[in-house]
Amino acid sequence: MRDFEYLPTKTVKEACALISQYKEEGKILAGGQSLITLLRQKLISPSYLIDIKGVTELDYLTFDEKKGLRMGALTTHRAIEKSPLIQSKYPVLSEMEKSVASVQTRNWGTIGGNLCSGDPIGDPAPSLIALNGKIKIVSSREEKIVPLAEFFTDYFTTILEPDEILTEIQLTPPVPHAGVVYMKFSTIEAGIKIVSTSTCIILESDKMTCRDARIVMSAVAPVPLIAKKAGELLIGKKINDDLIAEAAQLASGETNPTSDVHGSAEFRREIAKVLVRRAVKEAFEKAKRT
Amino acid sequence: MDIAKKILKVNVNGRPYELLIKPKTTLLQFLRNDLGLTGAKQACMDNSCGACTVIVDKMAVKACSVLALQVNGREVMTVEGLASRDGKLHPLQQAFLDYHAFQCGFCTPGKLMSSKAMLDENPHPNEEEIRRDMEGNLCRCTGYTQYIEAIKAVAQKKEVAK
Repeated sequence: MRDFEYLPTKTVKEACALISQYKEEGKILAGGQSLITLLRQKLISPSYLIDIKGVTELDYLTFDEKKGLRMGALTTHRAIEKSPLIQSKYPVLSEMEKSVASVQTRNWGTIGGNLCSGDPIGDPAPSLIALNGKIKIVSSREEKIVPLAEFFTDYFTTILEPDEILTEIQLTPPVPHAGVVYMKFSTIEAGIKIVSTSTCIILESDKMTCRDARIVMSAVAPVPLIAKKAGELLIGKKINDDLIAEAAQLASGETNPTSDVHGSAEFRREIAKVLVRRAVKEAFEKAKRT
Repeated sequence: MDIAKKILKVNVNGRPYELLIKPKTTLLQFLRNDLGLTGAKQACMDNSCGACTVIVDKMAVKACSVLALQVNGREVMTVEGLASRDGKLHPLQQAFLDYHAFQCGFCTPGKLMSSKAMLDENPHPNEEEIRRDMEGNLCRCTGYTQYIEAIKAVAQKKEVAK
């Protein structure tokens, strides 16, 4: 690891001032559960590390029946997993968080840090995109709200400018007749996922016709992949097994996986098809019950 | 660039410390190299294996992936702080012994600290919960069965076999 100046901060304002001063020479440190490894492997070597882990104003979970969920960027994975609020309003998030790395990593790692690391194998991003999440991005210049679906641009790359900080994740209140499912395929429980999907199906009041569908996958593309064609196929149609199989086939075709030690590209495409088929079916069944 | 050292004030195993350290020092390096507490082990160094697990403010964390300066003002507990001062082993340590829950012993300090944090939060986990919460601690000798039995024994507070 190369040397850096360490700059601990206590407020968002302070952190924004520092990162706008150092820009590319600086890097924001939250829980560091990806960043410390990158520093150690010298894949990045910032001169200034601006530590925001102590910015307590970014550690919160609030819910309002009209506005929905507001989650501070420094909320830990473990806090999301254990939150009774999340478990009752957005159970898929709690379920997904149980699969994020290990307890130790979830204890220290933050949701904002996870998203900003831009790793396409991460599970939180697909789940939050399936829930139609938005994020708040703050700098000394401005403050903006952006759909999370537009945040990722390439492997480990996001739209964040060098002087910007992700401060909040926002979810709309749960809607009726909606089913959201997280499903993964991995060889060991705490290990890297071969493929995972978070799928949201929203039905019309007849509880048969698909009003909206968001199928999002990890580890099959340079960014969390939204299977747009598969989603569009479902929307407006009465859902049945044949339609689900067709959507799964389409979703698999939308992936662009790489081969690595965990699985070949061909294997990932096949797993993606199976997972999406199962996830859509389960989400459909769930949506019928709500 | 000449990097200034920073002051780290931290309580480790009940003792306060105040040291000047380089910012890039990880918590694991600080514990092992600066304090001489070599219980937490250095192995994968990429946040995978759990051999470096210590407890920070009641949470199990991987010390290789936390900067020492990030625990400024906090309380750290390592395996060296597990037994009582008079040398009496912690029930988990005793159970690990009784159930032969290790072979080479390299992963054991991390496993003890993970299981300690788990039982402090949830004193009576079932086997599924134990397996789930311990999944961040790898063992290369494949001695998984015995330590789960050991933790179960403590969790169920049944008479530990002598």
